[in-house]
Amino acid sequence: MEIAERRPLPLRLRRFRAGSLVPIVMLLAVLLVLIAVRQPNFLAPPSLLSFLGRSTPIILLAAGQYFVIVSGEFDLSVGSLVTAQVVVAARLIDSEPSRTWPVVALLLTFGILVGLINGLVTTRLRVPSFITTLGMFLILVGAVYLWSDGAPKGGLSEEFRRFGRRAFEDVPGLGRVQYALLVLLAVATAAVLLSRSDFGRTLVAVGGNPRTAELSGVRVWRAKTIAFVLSGLAAALAAILLGGYSGVSFQAGAGLEFAAITAVVLGGVALGGGRGSVFGAMLGALTLEMLFALLNFYGVSGALKSTVQGAIILLAVAVSSVRSTSR
Amino acid sequence: MRRTITVLAVGTLLVLTGCATDEPATAPSAAASGPAGSGTGEQSKFFVQADYDRELALLDATPAGPDGKPWEQALQPTMVDTAKFKKAGPHKICFSNAGLNNPWRQVGFKTMQAEVDAQRSRIEQFVHIDAEGKDQKQIADINDLLGKGCDALIVSPNTTATLTPAVESACKKGLPVIVFDRGVDTTCPVTFVNPIGGYGFGHVAAEFVSGNMKPGGKVLALRILPGVDVLETRWSAAKVAFDKAGVNVVGVEFTDGDPAKTKKIVNDYLQRYGTIDGVWMDAGAVAVAAVEAFLDAGQPVPPINGEDQLDFLKLWKDRKLTAIAPTYPTYQWRTPVIAALKILDGEQVPSPWKLPQPTITQENLAQYADPDMPPLHYAMCGCTDLPGYPDRWK
Repeated sequence: MEIAERRPLPLRLRRFRAGSLVPIVMLLAVLLVLIAVRQPNFLAPPSLLSFLGRSTPIILLAAGQYFVIVSGEFDLSVGSLVTAQVVVAARLIDSEPSRTWPVVALLLTFGILVGLINGLVTTRLRVPSFITTLGMFLILVGAVYLWSDGAPKGGLSEEFRRFGRRAFEDVPGLGRVQYALLVLLAVATAAVLLSRSDFGRTLVAVGGNPRTAELSGVRVWRAKTIAFVLSGLAAALAAILLGGYSGVSFQAGAGLEFAAITAVVLGGVALGGGRGSVFGAMLGALTLEMLFALLNFYGVSGALKSTVQGAIILLAVAVSSVRSTSR
Repeated sequence: MRRTITVLAVGTLLVLTGCATDEPATAPSAAASGPAGSGTGEQSKFFVQADYDRELALLDATPAGPDGKPWEQALQPTMVDTAKFKKAGPHKICFSNAGLNNPWRQVGFKTMQAEVDAQRSRIEQFVHIDAEGKDQKQIADINDLLGKGCDALIVSPNTTATLTPAVESACKKGLPVIVFDRGVDTTCPVTFVNPIGGYGFGHVAAEFVSGNMKPGGKVLALRILPGVDVLETRWSAAKVAFDKAGVNVVGVEFTDGDPAKTKKIVNDYLQRYGTIDGVWMDAGAVAVAAVEAFLDAGQPVPPINGEDQLDFLKLWKDRKLTAIAPTYPTYQWRTPVIAALKILDGEQVPSPWKLPQPTITQENLAQYADPDMPPLHYAMCGCTDLPGYPDRWK
């Protein structure tokens, strides 16, 4: 693979090594310039920080999705998992502050469990992951409706909501620093460290060529299952932040799986696995949110969001196909 | 092989992306597509001038009936004779319910059950079938109930046109039929119970918002979804009021009744326009999310309307908002039971039975913002005198 990439590249597209951070950083820079032209005050620290805070859930999901995609799989269940978690949290907490921490612990466990099931079904029962996680998506959507009779019940306590809503006020030089930003910082650091660890490298190898990885003694099923668990865990954290931000909602997680996958692809991670960086995936999420903010400033309807996401996925896959077929 | 799977998966993804887009027909939100905000757009095709005029006139009408019991009052009633339905009790009353799929209907149904309990001496049996929001199920439900020896049938139709034949066939069976909430396209039921209606709601809210903001200010209108008559009328009356007041409606957006989406929309508008000077809503379910968007952005909350849901009333009281809450009162769920018993007694009843539609304002807020009731409760339930209050509604 390395040798193949060192050959002269006939297409302009191939100027950057696959998985390189250069394109995404450039795209982000272009968006920042466009936003600076249109809405200069957006770039002031307080408004930028609040933007970053609001983008945290999708960045977390992109980080989780990175581990799954780089190992050669998909996780379509994260959006419905977020919705399910928010609805479950509201019903269990039922506006009772003392139940906050037990429910937080339960949500994290629930996220890990869903990831574990996704992983085991995919690796042990050999069901393709987009079928496994699509099934999980439908199961969760159905279960939520069944359990709640179609209307959300209960309520989230203020203690639960503060994670996604509140902030350290008046931090010198920065102003309002949302709690979400701390979560983001912690998760981003952990994700980068993890992706550089042995496990992270193994995962990329598994995604690049599972057969070779298997033959060289890697327990592929275990690596992939852990990737799904990480994605589930990321969804649980995202659910806690999103539920906090907006309260009980049946659509808390609607469409998030696509946003996460688009972000990961935008960040230079190859669909099909084997190439990419988690930092790129998180930058991809930030870039995607930035793009939507820009569209909003230009008064473009939010309905265009899914079209933009679809176009990005198509384009990214087309680019990576062109690269690999001429390899 | 891997390539095939990837392509297949991406294909599936794209199809799903399409499916997951449930942002309902954003096309009609004309104002949303122009950056400068192009006002209120075209008038809704649901708008009927005569109905609008009548509803606005009813807002000022004095109701007939016992004081302090709006669920027994009627506006400009025309009485109908019901002697032919007179029957000795105790009775079996049947109810075909469109659904319990939102908090408003949950509160309403609890209120209806409590009314039945209050009348236990006269009601031997109360049969309730929930159509779960499905037309086909409700048609079958009504058919079922017709074979169960009901003395009176109450129907809260899921949709107007589709349920009309089912209601007509029930009328033909000779038992008294009472329709409430959403209507049907037939006059065969003995009476149709509902409050003043959507025009009244939308008008009251829009007048308040435009009257309490600075002249020429920017209004954001938030609607649940397009194409539902009771909601379309609310918006169309607001449009008339806003056009008359000459306010600048910078956006008309659909929220799907979802707090997450609502908060995002309000946030987007705050970023795009810097400030928003008034918020109009066609239903109160997401009013709290809209207010939170202003609070979290560190901005003053502009004049806004909600509904009589407790979470909004509490926030209004705590944060001292400039707000108003027109209602679509849940006490209307009591009236059909009362009507059924009157009809079975052979007493005259108003037809149509137009109930008063009170508005919660700063003056009477304290009376409704009961801190002990749950956030999704509707204050205008007229249920405080009913058996099991307040525990039944908690």
